[in-house]
Amino acid sequence: MSVLLVLLGGAVGAPLRYLTDRYVQARHDQPFAWGTFLVNVAGSLLLGIVAGAVAQADAPTWVQTLVGTGVCGALTTFSTFSVEIVRLLEERRTGVAGLYVVASLVAGFAALSLGWWLAASF
Amino acid sequence: MSPDDRPDESPDHLDRPGRTGSEPEDTDRDRPRPPRLEWDVVGVVAAGGAIGSVARWGVGELVPHAAGAFVWSTFLDNVPGAFLLGLLTALVYDVWAPTRLVRPFWGVGVLGGYTTFSTWMLDAHDQLRAGALPTLALYVSLTLVLGLAAAWAGLALGRRFA
Repeated sequence: MSVLLVLLGGAVGAPLRYLTDRYVQARHDQPFAWGTFLVNVAGSLLLGIVAGAVAQADAPTWVQTLVGTGVCGALTTFSTFSVEIVRLLEERRTGVAGLYVVASLVAGFAALSLGWWLAASF
Repeated sequence: MSPDDRPDESPDHLDRPGRTGSEPEDTDRDRPRPPRLEWDVVGVVAAGGAIGSVARWGVGELVPHAAGAFVWSTFLDNVPGAFLLGLLTALVYDVWAPTRLVRPFWGVGVLGGYTTFSTWMLDAHDQLRAGALPTLALYVSLTLVLGLAAAWAGLALGRRFA
């Protein structure tokens, strides 16, 4: 059962990331990876809401398997994040690389915490 | 090979910073229109994402963790996943003949689905709630540093085949 929920969620999350990145990059052709940044922060917010709702508001665990492990796991990415940073460093865009790392971690963690807090206040 | 020669449309901007950095700001009007959406590419991204996500879930089932502890399962998704994406990126851009679906399937789909940023943040949040601050600091920094080193190593290895 769980494996099917993850399969389904992953099949939704990955194309959502692809389409978001494609849309964003067509409009903001900048060194800062806005597409990946956006999906990583949005996915962290959604995961915070879902995990928070399961932990604090008795939401069923299958929701976390489907939306959390499946959709959010596939919507967000660490591998692209890492390769993007290494590419920026290779191009000696150290400032952009540093900003991208810090902004992703701060915004990602803040978004997840916000989601968790929102789930508790429902 | 220049990225512009590739027939596939890169779903991200990995190849862009170098060739756009020195160009002046342009407007939407001057910019080439985004290429038509190819649904077979979306399809292989979805299939790859499903496979990568199930593999990530499998690692989580095999390597459980206590609340607030170092999450080896996520770490074992993200660091090797970064290495493999670096390797794939170098092979696709610098070594292999142009292809349309290889990178969307393996890179965007499988490896994008296998690695996760949101779970990394949730793990850190769990560690904070458990008051395990040294674990949190070690977990976040080790994943970041080794993930970057792995991506670099993957790119370097792939380019040796060029």
